[in-house]
Amino acid sequence: MISLEEFKRSFKVALWFMFLTFPLLVIKVNPIERTVLWKWENMAFVGIGAFILSVLIRAFFIQKERSRNSSKNKRRFGYIGDEPLVQFILREPKYLYPLSGGVLIFALLFPALFDTYQTNIMTTALMYVVLGLGLNIVVGLAGLLDLGYVAFYLVGAYSYALLNYHFDIGFWMALPIGAMLAALFGIVLGFPVLRLRGDYLAIVTLGFGEIIRLVMENWNAFSHGPSGISNIPRPGFFGMDLSLDSAILYIYYLVVALVIITIFVVNRLQDSRLGRAWIALREDEIACQAMGIDKTKTKLTAFALGATWAGLVGVIFAAKTTFINPASFTFLESAIILSIVVLGGMGSILGVIFGALVLILLPEYLRVFSEYRMLAFGGILVVMMVFRPQGLIANVRRTYQFKKSTKGGDS
Amino acid sequence: MEYFIELFLSGLTRGSIYALIALGYTMVYGIIGLINFAHGDIYMIGAFTSFIVATVLSIYGFPMLSIIVLAGLAAAVWASAYGYTIEKLAYRPLRHAPRLSPLISAIGMSIFLQNYVLLAQTSDFLPFPELIPEFDFIEPYAHVVGSAEIVILITTALAMILLTLVIKFTRMGKAMRATSQDRMMAMLTGINVDRVISTTFIIGSTLAALGGLLIASHIGQINFYIGFIAGIKAFTAAVLGGIGSIPGAVLGGFVLGLTESFATGYVSSDYEDVFAFSLLVLILIFKPSGILGRAEIQKV
Repeated sequence: MISLEEFKRSFKVALWFMFLTFPLLVIKVNPIERTVLWKWENMAFVGIGAFILSVLIRAFFIQKERSRNSSKNKRRFGYIGDEPLVQFILREPKYLYPLSGGVLIFALLFPALFDTYQTNIMTTALMYVVLGLGLNIVVGLAGLLDLGYVAFYLVGAYSYALLNYHFDIGFWMALPIGAMLAALFGIVLGFPVLRLRGDYLAIVTLGFGEIIRLVMENWNAFSHGPSGISNIPRPGFFGMDLSLDSAILYIYYLVVALVIITIFVVNRLQDSRLGRAWIALREDEIACQAMGIDKTKTKLTAFALGATWAGLVGVIFAAKTTFINPASFTFLESAIILSIVVLGGMGSILGVIFGALVLILLPEYLRVFSEYRMLAFGGILVVMMVFRPQGLIANVRRTYQFKKSTKGGDS
Repeated sequence: MEYFIELFLSGLTRGSIYALIALGYTMVYGIIGLINFAHGDIYMIGAFTSFIVATVLSIYGFPMLSIIVLAGLAAAVWASAYGYTIEKLAYRPLRHAPRLSPLISAIGMSIFLQNYVLLAQTSDFLPFPELIPEFDFIEPYAHVVGSAEIVILITTALAMILLTLVIKFTRMGKAMRATSQDRMMAMLTGINVDRVISTTFIIGSTLAALGGLLIASHIGQINFYIGFIAGIKAFTAAVLGGIGSIPGAVLGGFVLGLTESFATGYVSSDYEDVFAFSLLVLILIFKPSGILGRAEIQKV
């Protein structure tokens, strides 16, 4: 099925990658002891790996070409008719309600089924679900690539930590304040950059995110610098002091509630006037303005609403870990959240949830691979863009469908 | 006054490195309209390759001059090989995709390369061998200027002159200018656009590798993360000068280098990176077309 010519090409690709990775992967020098370690086995791995991958990709394309030429009505995996299975389930309440009910019950019973450690990991994953859904508003719906999303997360976390430190404000008071402050920052950031086109916007938001982190790192009098703020109290439960285990449980349910609220709100937003304005803005700015949509207001609300969720999660993050410092809010964090959105599918709620669970849980359970985590995140961004830009679970735009009546000719 | 001159010279040195990296950004942007986010990491890979080669050669006892030449060559060869491969893998398939797709791909590539070097080598700061010897004639002025700074300034100037000549007078340079003006038209006149784009990446990567080699031997240590900050700053320089414009990138590099040098010298060194980022944000907000750039007119 693959010709010899193709194998030859794959062989050349393998040779090229062996050359490419030669100095960095093979030679390991120790400049202090002045020794050189030659790791030739790495070169062999790269060669074999590149060859196999290249052959697989070629086979994949040949297969795809062939299936396109052959009959179109062949049943494909994960599809019902022309429609992906996921979309089918989402469309039919008959399947959707029991299924989401089942997921909800599983989520509620999760702490009872697994131990505290697992619950803690799940809490983190669910926090990323909310972050992903928040970023999804900005990136997926409004089409504004925000690389400084973590700044709003930082604002939320620091507002709780500092308010608590100075004024002894509790978690429940801090939650709305953190969210509002983050939204305010979203507007402050959004306002000057509105005029910028997509790619410039990405860099400016990246710059803002870094500025806020660097200020937090250096302004010791305000933020306690790189050593951070410790002893942040966990959320109180009607004035009761909780033990560590029950506090973890409490935060878990809090985050589950937040996830449900977020899904509900984002889902409703998507189909609202505002949500449709975002999508229109993403597709064509000029046409959108010609239709009478206020560009400024629409973009700012996207920034503000996206930031709000980051602020909320920030407050919960501070309460969960009881210690924060600027090192938790680097650009890589933004990149992780972006990978979640891109992997899942920009604009697709289910996709983002799926993306967050995969990207956060998988490295936790595959400890062996955890050092390759960031490598994989980078790779995912590239691979997804090249092979499947719409994400794993693509968002399908609502369309009206005309069903041909079965009795023809009745008009 | 002496302090002023010292700051001025160190600003020029910084600026020339920024300019070298910014050239890569600006050339790529001029031709395919993509912010090549991974460019800073190409610079890092150049620095790492030259570090590895230089250290290995010095362990095996090669003479100093051959080490400089070989390390420089290796850095240029591998950095351009990486630049070429990245373009082919991550950007070429996305040439007709929506604008944000190649940018996301570039960000992914940048993260990938950083972690690749982190895993393949180490996360520690590595001491870079001192390649540039101390000149004797510089002795009386040693408190204001080092010989490394002079070498950096001269090398950058030469590289820039060479680049200008290539772009102005060679066939490839002409093809590049044509492609950046109108890619479709260039294709119709028989220019192999894919080759022009590949060449642009190769030239840009070579310049970045040169910058990496120079700055690493000047500062004396490298790390997998140096590309990120340097990349952002060089991008700032490119935007400052007007992205897409080659003299603009050089000018922007020097302006940024001097600003940073004086700001850290007279104000505070804690906020070194904040100055650069703030400058970037301010230019983009108030004059996105930069000093020498043309404002982009959006046609419907």
